[in-house]
Amino acid sequence: MAALAASGLLMRRTTDAAAAEPPEVPAWMKSPGAGFTDYGAPAKYESKVTRTLARSQAGTTGSGAIRTPLEALEGTITPSGLHFERSHSGVPDIDPAKHRLLIHGMVKRPLVFTVDALLRYPMVSRVHFIECAGNSQLLYQPNPPNLTAGQTHGLVSCSEWTGVPLRLLLEEAGVERGGSWILAEGADAAAMSRSIPMAKAMDDAMLALFQNGERLRPENGYPLRLFLPGWEGNMSVKWLRRLKVVSAPTMTKDETSRYTDLQADGKALMFTYPMEVKSLITRPSHGMTLAGSGLYQISGLAWSGEGTIRKVEVTTDGGRSWVTAALDAPVRPRALTRFRVPWRWDGAATVLKSRATDDAGHVQPEREKFIVEHGNNAIFHCNVIQAWSVAANGEVKHVYA
Amino acid sequence: MSMREVACAALVLILSGCAGVGRVETPNLGRAATAAEIAGWDISVGPDGVGLPPGSGTALKGAPIYEQKCQACHGAKGAGQPNDRLVGGHGTLASKTPVRTVGSYWPYATTVFDYVRRSMPYVQPQSLTNDEVYAVTAYLLHLNGIIGEADEMNAQTLPTVKMPNRDNFIIVYPGRGR
Repeated sequence: MAALAASGLLMRRTTDAAAAEPPEVPAWMKSPGAGFTDYGAPAKYESKVTRTLARSQAGTTGSGAIRTPLEALEGTITPSGLHFERSHSGVPDIDPAKHRLLIHGMVKRPLVFTVDALLRYPMVSRVHFIECAGNSQLLYQPNPPNLTAGQTHGLVSCSEWTGVPLRLLLEEAGVERGGSWILAEGADAAAMSRSIPMAKAMDDAMLALFQNGERLRPENGYPLRLFLPGWEGNMSVKWLRRLKVVSAPTMTKDETSRYTDLQADGKALMFTYPMEVKSLITRPSHGMTLAGSGLYQISGLAWSGEGTIRKVEVTTDGGRSWVTAALDAPVRPRALTRFRVPWRWDGAATVLKSRATDDAGHVQPEREKFIVEHGNNAIFHCNVIQAWSVAANGEVKHVYA
Repeated sequence: MSMREVACAALVLILSGCAGVGRVETPNLGRAATAAEIAGWDISVGPDGVGLPPGSGTALKGAPIYEQKCQACHGAKGAGQPNDRLVGGHGTLASKTPVRTVGSYWPYATTVFDYVRRSMPYVQPQSLTNDEVYAVTAYLLHLNGIIGEADEMNAQTLPTVKMPNRDNFIIVYPGRGR
């Protein structure tokens, strides 16, 4: 019975597939489609496009990170449901009516804001990437990870963020002389906190309320997060509840024991805020198989926390020659930039790489040179060139080359 | 473009120029925070000890608290497993297998108090009394050979503790790291 049903299903599928091709009229044109939905979701056929490689500390459920599937996406805006997530003690369930932002410390007027109050303030919208400082850290390892582009580099995402310039609220509170740092603290169970230089706070820092047009997703800080364009993601404190103006860094756990960069000589770099220029080819990339020789478009992402992408070069012969990729407009500062190069594959084994340069003149380094300079002991700020090998059978793999 | 349009365009330029230098009008909806409100939320502690509350503790008092509240995640005497190791690793930072612990890596003792108070125990953050936080902090410092088991940690003594790795951090901002 089961066997019959199974073969019947198979036959029906075969029939449907045949009926959809010309000259037949496909089944979905022969009756009205589904009705309206309150909130849309991706096509059911795309259910495999998900965030991947969630890792939570032993005995916890929300202390770790889950990554954006970069290889499955196109363009530059990350769908909010696929934005990477890094949390230190889970996602708090915050009632926006009860949430408060306290600004205090070295200010003339300590103030409390409701979320409704902040929604009445002048806002700006900006397209920016946010990248976890620990993104791409597997490339510090001696052997290439057997993982996809997203599993390796997917702690970066890009959204249109809308919110209130932090400067406006600091001016309302009145920063006192000597108030040169701000302790920013989240309302999660970790009360995650970082020290923010006043210069950044008064420059382009934002209190973000919206992401891609809708209110922030819970895992990205609902109802309110700090947003510091281009700087290590950990500093854009989610679920922001407190800003304390102080005269020096607080030296929190996440700016001393974490998010510092241990060098080969045992010294550690501290306060390495901007995320360095980086790029990678997302298609083709590890885990994909090319369907024979012929024309392909190489597509990838480039970004820099220190400015705007000026140039992306691509090699399809393991570094012997490089061509300049086309950049999709507009090319925005501190935002993901899409690059593209046409490539006619001759069917022979080769290596693909991309190399980005930003408008400050910083060039993405080769891995070998970077490891010689910085050693293998760091965890953060790895921006080395990513190499993918293409085998004669079309299989694409992560290699160090 | 008529003279009137030119004048309008010039006015827009002037106004937008003003906006650029920080004269955006805001609705001023922040209400004054009271001292009690601030005291309830101000849990951060700086390396100079500002923010440390009254209270005290020693490693002797901290050991049983650690065993009850911390050991399940951080192992006996801070040896680690299943989660972060807190003790030892001295002299390993320049090796091929650095072990970063409170004792070998953390630059400030005040950070231990700040972090334990705000985030630990993982399933019950902000549940320890200030005396308990001082005692657990003292216990971790003692296990790392930094203070004696009877040394009292309080708002005066904790900021004076010099961590072994204190001078091995290079502050990069506002320069460039790479």
